[in-house]
Amino acid sequence: MPEERRNSHSLAWLAVLYAGLIALPYALSYSQQEILVFTTINVLLVMSYRLLTLTGEWSLGHVVIMGCGAYASALASKALGLPVPLSMLIGGVIAGLIAWALSYPLFRMKGFYFLIGSFAAGEIIRLLWKRFRDPFGGPKGIKRIPDLGTIEIGGFTIDFYEPVTYYYVALAVVSVSLFILWRIERSPIGLTFHAVHWQDKLAESVGVDTRRYRIQAFVIASFFAGISGALLAHYVGTINPNRFNVEEMVYVLTWAIVGGTATFYGPILGAVALIVINDILLRELGFDQLRPMFYGLILICSVLFLPKGLESLVPRISRLVRRGNHNPSPPKVQPQEGAE
Amino acid sequence: MTLLLDVRAATMRFGGLTAVDNLSFSVEAGSIHGLIGPNGAGKTTSFNLISGFYTPTSGEIIYRGENIAGIGTHRTAAKGLVRTFQHSTLFQEFTLLENAVVGCHLNLRPSLAGAIFGNDRRRRRAARERAEEVLEFFGLAERRHELASELAHGHQRALGMAVAMAANPTLMLLDEPFTGMNPEETKRMMELTFKLRDSGVTILIVEHDMHAIMGLCDRITVMSFGRLLAEGVPQEIRENPKVIEAYLGGGAHAA
Repeated sequence: MPEERRNSHSLAWLAVLYAGLIALPYALSYSQQEILVFTTINVLLVMSYRLLTLTGEWSLGHVVIMGCGAYASALASKALGLPVPLSMLIGGVIAGLIAWALSYPLFRMKGFYFLIGSFAAGEIIRLLWKRFRDPFGGPKGIKRIPDLGTIEIGGFTIDFYEPVTYYYVALAVVSVSLFILWRIERSPIGLTFHAVHWQDKLAESVGVDTRRYRIQAFVIASFFAGISGALLAHYVGTINPNRFNVEEMVYVLTWAIVGGTATFYGPILGAVALIVINDILLRELGFDQLRPMFYGLILICSVLFLPKGLESLVPRISRLVRRGNHNPSPPKVQPQEGAE
Repeated sequence: MTLLLDVRAATMRFGGLTAVDNLSFSVEAGSIHGLIGPNGAGKTTSFNLISGFYTPTSGEIIYRGENIAGIGTHRTAAKGLVRTFQHSTLFQEFTLLENAVVGCHLNLRPSLAGAIFGNDRRRRRAARERAEEVLEFFGLAERRHELASELAHGHQRALGMAVAMAANPTLMLLDEPFTGMNPEETKRMMELTFKLRDSGVTILIVEHDMHAIMGLCDRITVMSFGRLLAEGVPQEIRENPKVIEAYLGGGAHAA
């Protein structure tokens, strides 16, 4: 297919997708709308995580970094009285700065050691939140975080405490973030991240400062994790250290693993599928107590039967659809835009 | 004749083992220089010293008048000293073109702002052109959209050199480029090496197969047990009794 036709093709699909996403809350119950907000926030979280995994490093501290964004944004709006949108941005920046400071000890390690090191660093941060009642509120965390409030336009009152309105805010923020993440991946810097992952020695030999690029990916990923944390904090209104513990991190890992991280859409598929199964299907079916068991079962099955993740189903399905349309199969190799 | 690389009394010890012992030799600009020796002679260690991967225990690695000992591989690359790898060390998951584009890293200078706002379009285009140029140089241009993992062994080696050449080296270090090659591939690799030298790149080849590089090198340095054994033009090396002994007799095992 020519490049332009393919582009307009995907734009059309994107428009359909967004029409669906905008209409979606009206088909859901109140509690499902709340889950929708969390799902949107979690999509950003897992997608920011994916950027880090592009360089080959898997962290266990990503949810704590998200928490750094949440705490920073909550404190900026509550203690300093800054407007909430600005606080959210500050949350992202602080999360990125903390990641940057952490990267100096952490990126002396690779692979498994990095994984454990990031876990330790995350636990230290969580202990600091618990230990220092001022300003972090100790184990009980921060309560009554300012929300986006209400605005009045021409007699209409828009209340951002409502899940539907907050969902639209989150959707907009997450969409812009995902667009930026996508631009990063399809650019030379994204190609370099991949290069650092697959052959760091070879990358070094042509002048790539691999450590610098690992740090960059970590900081960018942490910025967006911080933004997702800020979105969470101003929605739920209360955060505490346990909200960002390693159990939450395991959820992010399973989303990434079940969805797959090779493609851009893989982690989105993983997060959405697992949240729908866990929080909607199993709950509706009355398996409330047994949910972790089913969740574990799904993880095991997906590793056994779909080792390359849900994303590996997409080309297979689209090939089936195409065969149905009697179209020739797509060329095997598509040049990445980063090389253009 | 100008000296491009001057190794001065380089010594590398790992614990009690002296892998490279007081090694001195120099490479002239525009030449093809061979560094050979039986297995375990310290060639690979010397290679890692020159490419900035190891810091020598003592001694200096002077490249264009500057001591580059232990500064790190990506920094030596920025100075125009680029190494290749044994075997097929490539970005196997990338297309040939993407491999070569990564090789253009130093001119491409990927940045976050460029990624988001696309204001690095000119550098991206220049990198792509350079990448196509080096693929053309090594006869790989028609296959630029294929994955590196799909290439035959000989072509993978050529791609490894193409990636290195994309970084605009002044001195290229080739690490055992002939290992595992059939005679046809060896012949082709020799042609490419000459072509590379004629384009202005100085070449230092590390190889344990003496015969493969006899016809290639202007000068040859022979190592044995971490020390300099002999140096000279191929004819002198071929007739040097010490070299013959190191390869065929004595304690060292011939390859």
